[in-house]
Order: sequence, then structure tokens, then C-alpha cells
Amino acid sequence: MDMRPGEQLPELRVTPDRYLPHRYAGASGDFNPIHIDPEAAKQVGLSSTILHGLYTMALVARANVAAAGGDPRALRRLAVEFRGMGFPEKEIVVRGTVRETSDGRVLIDTEAEQDGDRIVRNAVAELAG
Amino acid sequence: MAGDTTVVGKSFEPFEYEVGREKIREYAHAVGETNPVHFDPQAAREAGFRAVVAPPMFAVVYCGGAMATALLDPAVGMNFAMVAHGGQEFAWSDLVYAGDTITTTASVRDISARDSLKFFVFDSVSVNQDGLEVVRGTWTNIERGV
Repeated sequence: MDMRPGEQLPELRVTPDRYLPHRYAGASGDFNPIHIDPEAAKQVGLSSTILHGLYTMALVARANVAAAGGDPRALRRLAVEFRGMGFPEKEIVVRGTVRETSDGRVLIDTEAEQDGDRIVRNAVAELAG
Repeated sequence: MAGDTTVVGKSFEPFEYEVGREKIREYAHAVGETNPVHFDPQAAREAGFRAVVAPPMFAVVYCGGAMATALLDPAVGMNFAMVAHGGQEFAWSDLVYAGDTITTTASVRDISARDSLKFFVFDSVSVNQDGLEVVRGTWTNIERGV
């Protein structure tokens, strides 16, 4: 893995379809109604159901594993802040920039954005070569 | 008062999770993984793995039972109607494979308040059937004041 500080990771662009939160609920076991029931979402003032934050974090993980060549062992650590709500049927873009490299470890500043809203921020991934 | 900080340091009953190949596939499909090592035993073996490999963030699946116990503990006292998942960290060690049994122990790291927000921070440690650590998690939930 040859990465230099300042280098940008390839962007990951994903548009979750309308039923993605249902599939993620089944896969993860998190059936909070705001992710799967439009009426429940409206009752708390949301325009539609929202994505699970941990789903969006999984996209950030994917983008960073891909940047390391696709080996799932490469991702050693990932820390994120959930700072906005993600919605189905809108494109999410995951970006990353190499902060530093040392002893075969690479630190990446990374985030996920949707419609100009940085829904995952201040995230740091540590990759090993 | 609910959420009394005397609960800080409390450790919960370990939760055991048996990792199934189809569950890994279901999860990998949901998050859009495409690497065949997450789906196909033969592809996993050819890549040098002993079985189908769980994607890193599959940690949320096998940690789920342990975290539910911690988050729902009345002594922790979170008001779920006002809580959002504020942050998450995982530090991975050994990979997790189909057929593994993962035991996760959750604990309360910290409860603090700032302005009208209350922060509940939990730790989790997960080990496999050989006693090898597979992941450590830090789970931050933020409760808005009423």
C-alpha cells in the first residue's frame, strides 16, 4: 500500500434505494421504526425514513478497505461521528484524504456527505499494509 | 436521578453469538459489499481464509445483544425518545469467520453532561472461541435535554 500524505482516496458513491433501510434492519437487527416506517418518521418531524448511521459507517469502512486494495484485514480502526441524518434515494459520497503514514500504518481523514450535508464527520480510519 | 454516574465502570453479562455464513452474506449484501470472500467459501479459501469472512462492520451484528443489554439497563437510565447515536469506533484484531462463536462483554465507560446534552459512552470487547480478541468498540449515545 503506497500512500502519501494529502493523497485523496477514490470516492465511493452509493445511492441507497428506498427499501435499503429494511434490508439493513433485517441484517443488523435494528428495527427502530424511524428507519422503516414512514408514519413513525413523520411523527418525529422527518420527511421520510432515515438511514441507519451504522449503515453509513459501513460505507465509510468499504471505501477505506477498497483504498487499501480490498483486503478486509487492512482496516485496523475506524472512528466516526454521526452528525446528520442520511436518507434513502439520495446519493452518498464517501471521501478520504491521507493524513499521515508511519511504520506501514496509514491514517485517513474520511467523511460521508449527502446533498451537501456531511452526515459522517471527523472520521479517522487506520489502514495497515 | 436517572443515569446516575455510579453506574460508570459497570460490566454486563457476556453475550455469545454464533456467526452463520448466511448471516454474513445477508449483511454483506445489505451494505453493498462485492468482495467474494464475504459470500463464497471457495473464494475465501483461495484467498487464504479458513471460511467466509465477515466484513469489518459485521461487528455491529455480533455485538448487538451485548449492547442492547447495556443500553437498556435501567441503572444507565437513557431516555430513548431523546437519544441519538453520536459516535462509533471499532479497533479490529483477528478476522471473524462463518462458524466462529463470538463473546462480547459491554461496559459503561463514561456518562457526562455538556450544556443540555448528556453523553453515554460504552465499551465492548469481543473475543472468538479461541479466546483471541476480534474487536473493541466504543459506542457514544447522546441524549438531548428536555
